[in-house]
Amino acid sequence: MRLVAAVVWLCISFASPGFAQTLEALMAKLPDGNFSQREEVVREIAATGDDRAAKLLEVLSEGSLHQRKSDGAILWVTGSRRDLTGADPLTGENLGPVEPRSTSAIKVNNSLRRTIRAAIGSLRLMHPDPVRRMEAAEAAFNAPDATQLEAIEAALVAEQDSDVAAALTQARAVTILETDAPLSDRVAAISVIGERGGRGALNALAGYRASDEPEIAVAAAEAVAKIERTQAMWAQVQNVWFGLSLGSVLLLAAVGLAITFGVMGVINMAHGELIMLGAYTTFVVQEFIRTSMPELFDWSLLIAAPLAFLVAGGVGVAIERGIVRHLYGRPLETLLATWGVSLVLQQLVRSLFGPSNREVGNPSWMSGAFEVGEMLVTWNRFYIILFAVAVFAGLLLLLRGTALGLQMRAVTQNRAMAAEMGIRTGRVDALTFGLGAGIAGLAGVALSQIDNVSPNLGQSYIIDSFLVVVFGGAGNLWGTFAAAFSLGIANKFLEPFAGAVLGKILILIFIILFIQKRPRGLFPQRGRAVEG
Amino acid sequence: MTEPLISRRIGIFLALLFVVTVAVPLGNLVIAPGSTGHVPSHIVALLGKYLCYALLAVSLDLVWGFAGILSLGHGAFFALGGYAMGMHLMREIGDRGVYANPLLPDFMVFLGYSELPWFWYGFDMFWFAALMVMFVPGVLAFVFGWFAFRSRVTGVYLSIITQAMTYALLLAFFRNEMGLGGNNGLTDFRDVLGFDLTADSTRSALFVLSGLALGAGILVGRILTTSKLGKVLVAVRDAESRTRFLGYRVEHYKLFVFVVSAMMAGIAGALYVPQVGIINPGEFSPANSIEIVIWVALGGRGTLVGAALGALLVAAGKSYLTAAFPEIWLFVLGAVFILVTIFLPKGVLGLIESRRAQKRDTLVPDAKSAEAKA
Repeated sequence: MRLVAAVVWLCISFASPGFAQTLEALMAKLPDGNFSQREEVVREIAATGDDRAAKLLEVLSEGSLHQRKSDGAILWVTGSRRDLTGADPLTGENLGPVEPRSTSAIKVNNSLRRTIRAAIGSLRLMHPDPVRRMEAAEAAFNAPDATQLEAIEAALVAEQDSDVAAALTQARAVTILETDAPLSDRVAAISVIGERGGRGALNALAGYRASDEPEIAVAAAEAVAKIERTQAMWAQVQNVWFGLSLGSVLLLAAVGLAITFGVMGVINMAHGELIMLGAYTTFVVQEFIRTSMPELFDWSLLIAAPLAFLVAGGVGVAIERGIVRHLYGRPLETLLATWGVSLVLQQLVRSLFGPSNREVGNPSWMSGAFEVGEMLVTWNRFYIILFAVAVFAGLLLLLRGTALGLQMRAVTQNRAMAAEMGIRTGRVDALTFGLGAGIAGLAGVALSQIDNVSPNLGQSYIIDSFLVVVFGGAGNLWGTFAAAFSLGIANKFLEPFAGAVLGKILILIFIILFIQKRPRGLFPQRGRAVEG
Repeated sequence: MTEPLISRRIGIFLALLFVVTVAVPLGNLVIAPGSTGHVPSHIVALLGKYLCYALLAVSLDLVWGFAGILSLGHGAFFALGGYAMGMHLMREIGDRGVYANPLLPDFMVFLGYSELPWFWYGFDMFWFAALMVMFVPGVLAFVFGWFAFRSRVTGVYLSIITQAMTYALLLAFFRNEMGLGGNNGLTDFRDVLGFDLTADSTRSALFVLSGLALGAGILVGRILTTSKLGKVLVAVRDAESRTRFLGYRVEHYKLFVFVVSAMMAGIAGALYVPQVGIINPGEFSPANSIEIVIWVALGGRGTLVGAALGALLVAAGKSYLTAAFPEIWLFVLGAVFILVTIFLPKGVLGLIESRRAQKRDTLVPDAKSAEAKA
C-alpha cells in the first residue's frame, strides 16, 4: 500500500511543467487508441495538476466530450439530439450550435470511468489551495468511494498542512471501511472516525452497527455511542451558552433599573424607553456615518455608546428633576408618572422616526461566527456578553471606588445624615437617576444589534427587567447579576421541553411563587428598615 | 359617625346614570333617525363600552382606593370574564359557522380539533357561562391573593407580580394550544339568548344592563366600604402593620376585597364582549391594566364614583382624539399620567371637594380622618 502511494506520489511530483505535456496536447490525444491507452492519457492529464483538468475529465466521464469529424477539434457537446451546442472543454466558452452526426463521442467504458473518478479525486485532493484541498477531503469523507482510496493515500503522503492531513486521514478511514481491507485495519478506521465525532461521523458509522462481522458491529456501536454522548454534552454546553447570552441581555436591560429601583427605590416605568432612546441614538449615529463618512462604520457602535449614555442619561436627569423629585416616598405614584413619560417618549419617537423598524447594521467585527468544539458562536452575542459584564464591572467600580459612588450610597442609606455631612442630596439624586438612565442607553446600543429598533423596543424589556431586579433582591447589584444569568439559563433549559412561550410562562410563574416565599428577592438587603 | 349609604356625591351620580340608562335606549329606539334627539346605534354600543370600563374602574378603586392594593393586573380579570362570555357566544353560533360544525367553533375546525376540549363543556348553557364569568376571575384572584397576602407581599412588589401575572396570561392566551382561539381570540358572535347581537333592541338591552351593573357595582362598593370591613380596609391601606398589631387578620380582609373586585371586573368584561363583538389576548396586555389605574387616579381614588367618572372621561377622550388627532393621543394620555400624579393626587373629585372645603374654610383630608378613626 505504502509502495503504491509512494509510486503515485513520485509520478505526480515528477510531472513538473518542464517535460510534462500541456493539457491541450494531452486532450488532443484522448480520441486515439484503445481504452487502456486512453486510461494512460487520463492519468497523464491528472498528473498535470492543471486547474481545468477536473472539469475536462468530468465531461469525458459523462460521454459529452466529442471530436469534430471535419478538423479533429475536441468539443464539449451538450443539449438534446436535435439541438446540440458545442463548447470549449477547457474554458467553457460557447462555440455555437453543432450539426448532429458532425461529431463523434469519445467513448468511455466502466474501467475508464473508474480511472477518471480516481483521477478527478486526486486532482482535487492535490489542489494547490489548502482550502480547496480541505473541501475535497470533506467531500471524500461524506461520500466514501473505494476507488478513491489510492488517490487519498497519495494525497495524504504529499500533504503538508496538518489540518488537511487530519481530514484526509479521516477520509481514508471512511474509505477503508468501504473496501475489504483486513479486519484490524477497518476496526482501526472506525476508531479514527469515532475520534472525529460530529454528525458526519455519526452518519458514516451508523450503518456499520448492523454489520455481519461482530467486531465491526461492536466497534461501530461503541464509537456511535461515544459520539452521541459528546453531542449530548455539547447540546448542554450550547444551552448554557444561549442562556448566558439571554442572561447578558437581561443584565443589560436590568442593571440600570437596579440603580433607579434597587438603590433609589424609584419605579421607573420609562426605563424601557430609555433603552429605546439608546438604540435610536445608535441608529442616528449610523445614518450620519453612512452619509458622511462611511469608512468609520466599523467604529459606529463605539461612537454611539457614549452618545447614547449622554442622551438617555440627560433624559433621565430631566425626568428626575421634573417629575420624580416631587414624588419621593410615594413609589406607586412614581410608577404612574413614569409610565406617562414612557407613553410620551414612545409617541415622540414614533412621530420623529415613524412606527416601523429601523435598520441598524452590525459592524464587520460583530458579524459572522466562530466554532468552539461542536458549537457555533456568533460574534455579536459574544461581544454583548462581554459588554454586559464590562458595564456591570464599571458600575461596581463607580459605586465602590469613586466619591460620587460613595455619596450615592450615603444618600440612599441615610438621606438626612448625608445632607448633614454636606452632601447635596438633590444633585446626587439627579446624578444617580441619570446614571441608571445612561446605563439603559448603553443597553440600547447593544440591543440594537440583536433586536428590532422600533418605538415598542422598550415595552418588551420593561417587565423582564423589573422581574430580574425583584428576583435578585432590590438594592443588591450582585443579586441582579445572579438573577439575570440564572433566569437566562433556566429559560434556555426549559425551552427544549416546553417551547419558547410556555418556558417563559413557567419562568414568570416561578418568579411569582418565589416572591411569595422570599418577598425581598434572592439576596435581600440587610438593614433595619421596615415598612411603616 | 357613620357615613350614609347614599352620600350626596353618589346620589347625584346614580341619578345621572339612571337618566342616561333610560334616555339613550329611548333616543335610539323611539326617536326616528334623522330627527333631533336620535342616538345612532354605534353610539349606543360605544357608550355601553364606556360603562363597562367604568365598572372595571370601580372594581380597581375598591382594591386600590380602599385597601391600598395597586393591582397592575386587573385587565386580566376583565379579560377572563370576557373570555367566559365569549365562549358561551361561540357555542351559541352552533352550526351557523363557516364550517357548519354543530359542536366545534370555526377556529377549532380550522386548527384540526376532533372534539371539544374539556373546559368548553357547559358553556353552551347561559347560566353556567354567567357563573363562570364571576367564578374564573374569582378563583384566580383567590389563589393569587391567598399566596401573595399571606406572604405579606405588598406595595410595589405586589404591583410587579400582578403585572407578571397578566403578562403570563397574555403569553398563554396567544398560544393556539390553549384552545381559546390564540392570536385571533373569539369573534363572529351572532346572538345571545336567541336575540340577534346586531339588532338595535339587543344593543339597547345590553346598554341598560351595563348601566344597571355599574350602578349595582357602585352600590356594592359603597356597602362594603361604609361597613366595618371598609373601615378596616382603609386602616390596612394607611397603616398595614399597625392594623395587624391591633389584631386584625389583614390578609383575610385584603383577600376578600380582592376576590370581590376581581368578580366585578369579570362581570364588566362579560358585558363588554357582546357589545364590541370580540375578545382577544390583547386585553391581557400589561399596558391596558396600567391604563385602568390612571382612570381611577384621574377621577379620584377611594371615591368609587370618581373612578367611574375617570374611566368615562379617558375613554371618551381616547375615542375623540384617536379619530381626530391620532398622533397626539399618547402625548395626552402620558401628560394625564404625569399631571394627575403630581398635581391632582386626589383626582378631579378631590379637587372639587377641596375647593368646596376651602370655601367652608375647613380642610379635612379623607385619609387623615380615616386614620384617626382606625
